Amino acid sequence: MNWDWERLKKQQEDKGGGMVPPKMDELVERFKKIKLPGGPLLILLFILILLGSSMFYTIGVDEVGVVQRFGKYVRTSQPGLNFKLPSGIEKVTKVKVRRVYKEEFGFRSLRGDDRRRAYSGGENTNVALMLTGDLNVGLVPWIVQYRIKDPYNFLFKVHDVKRLLIDMSEAAMRLVVGDRSINEVISKREQIAIEARNVLQKELDNAESGINIVTIEMKKTNVPEPVQPSFNEVNQAIQEKEKMIYQAKEDYNKAIPAARGEAERTIKGAEGYALDRVNRAMGDAARFKALYAEYVKAKDVTKRRLYLETLKDLLPKLGDKYIIDSEQKNVLPLLNFGKQKGEK
Amino acid sequence: MKSKLAILIVVVVVAAVFVFASAYVVDETEQVVVTQFGKVVGKPKTESGLYFKIPFIQSTNYFPKNLLQWDGDPGQIPTLDKTYIWVDTFARWRIVDPIKFFQTVNNTLSAQGRLDDIIDPAVRNLITENRLIETVRKTNRELDTYEIGLEDIKERPSYTIKIGREKITKKILEQAQPKLSKFGIELVDVKIKRINYVEQVRDSVYGRMIAERKQIAEKFRSEGKGEAQKIRGEKERDLKRISSEAYRTAQEIKGKADAKSTKLYAEAYGLDPDFYSFMKTLEVYSDALDKDSSLVLSTDSEFFKYLKGYSGIR
Repeated sequence: MNWDWERLKKQQEDKGGGMVPPKMDELVERFKKIKLPGGPLLILLFILILLGSSMFYTIGVDEVGVVQRFGKYVRTSQPGLNFKLPSGIEKVTKVKVRRVYKEEFGFRSLRGDDRRRAYSGGENTNVALMLTGDLNVGLVPWIVQYRIKDPYNFLFKVHDVKRLLIDMSEAAMRLVVGDRSINEVISKREQIAIEARNVLQKELDNAESGINIVTIEMKKTNVPEPVQPSFNEVNQAIQEKEKMIYQAKEDYNKAIPAARGEAERTIKGAEGYALDRVNRAMGDAARFKALYAEYVKAKDVTKRRLYLETLKDLLPKLGDKYIIDSEQKNVLPLLNFGKQKGEK
Repeated sequence: MKSKLAILIVVVVVAAVFVFASAYVVDETEQVVVTQFGKVVGKPKTESGLYFKIPFIQSTNYFPKNLLQWDGDPGQIPTLDKTYIWVDTFARWRIVDPIKFFQTVNNTLSAQGRLDDIIDPAVRNLITENRLIETVRKTNRELDTYEIGLEDIKERPSYTIKIGREKITKKILEQAQPKLSKFGIELVDVKIKRINYVEQVRDSVYGRMIAERKQIAEKFRSEGKGEAQKIRGEKERDLKRISSEAYRTAQEIKGKADAKSTKLYAEAYGLDPDFYSFMKTLEVYSDALDKDSSLVLSTDSEFFKYLKGYSGIR
């Protein structure tokens, strides 16, 4: 750092002298010339600038600065322009406390064609492969998002915090999954994420890592690849089952309403028949009664009249009429029934 | 004048060299053991800050003060129930006695070797002594193995966890810790990072999982068939019921109508059965006879009684 400043200074001085090509020997010459009037004063100034420049520093809005004096932690500085003792005495380390960091387990969110390989083979699968509580094997990928909540602990308490976080996350997730059945691993991811977060946070607090777990997000949990087809088969079977039931219901729905209609028709038909019967009976009865009322008044003549009227209507309609004297006994030879009909 | 200045400069430079050689900084993450010709001098500097030593004679040995990581060699270990599993452990440790540490292992790299020698066998012992399920499970928490539509399938007899993973790792720690204190090392904890079946076992486990799934799938299928048949049966039953009910209702209606009409007829015609039969007979004549009928009438008949004479004598 010091050297950088020296060079910068030199360059500035070069520019001040109107010198463009920085050739080494000329530079030295010029330096000597400049040095002559000011002498040691200039060197002193130069050192002061050097020290002064390492005395202020800026802290971004999303970070804090941890200041150590001779290695010992003295204070934490807030965003903005800050001052410290010159370098060599105080050292500042900037820690991004507001940034949320992300660590992925069991998959890698790669772009393009690598995405397909994310679950298959290699280290990634081993991270995600877990024994479940019912001694099945599940594939559990997840993401841990964390923040640095205590920069002091984060910097000084643990040797390799990120490594600790990774190992702890795996251990915590396995601990939680180890107490779940494969069904729960697949269907109750939310619960697992919450419990794993609690376990992990507790461990990280115990280790004084200064890390705060923002969230654990479970990716799609599954069974290992060789087993996946059989799990899909179950889903298919459920679909098939439903399909069969729906088909049967379809048959049912096709037949039953039609049959109801049919039944309705039969009943209506019967009702029609009933109306017909009763009305006719009433009509017939009324007619007969009316006729009878008149008939009783003049029984004989009415009977004759009715008889004759009927015959009057009837006889002209008839085909062959034979009138035979009552004395005539054998009439059959006269009639030739079969032939008559055929010929006419 | 000039030589005085030169001397002054020399003195300042020498003093500066001495100061720089004797001063040393201990970082927050470090602790220092000062040695003089290889021999430890004074107490270890565990507090961070600026310290001084005798230059060129004493030398400083830096050791980390913070939590350190140990990563176990993953290896195959058989469990008590003779299942081979792949166990990957890690541990966290710190140097609590830097002097001991300096004298026995000297640096963190060789410390890792010591840790390997001590933790790995402890892990092996504990895994071998216990059933697999003890290492996998944490508690006796009731597992939810409920499967939709499989309420009646009996699950495997559940095993009661006696120890659980957390206690196993604790025991590993207890076994390893005493052997490490003589190196000035404190083992903070040992954790099982990964535990998996070895490949051959894994395949057979997959086989079992597949068989289990297939069996469930078959159950769904046959349930589907059964359910469908039931619905078809219902359909047939309902069809019969609907048509027979309709028939019954129809017959009832018709019967009632017949009865009513019969009653009406009886009432009316009962007034004079003779007249009724006369009327009805006449009606039947005109209905039954037509031009295809031939009629043979005797002069005896009522109708022709006038044909032979006006007196109507037959």
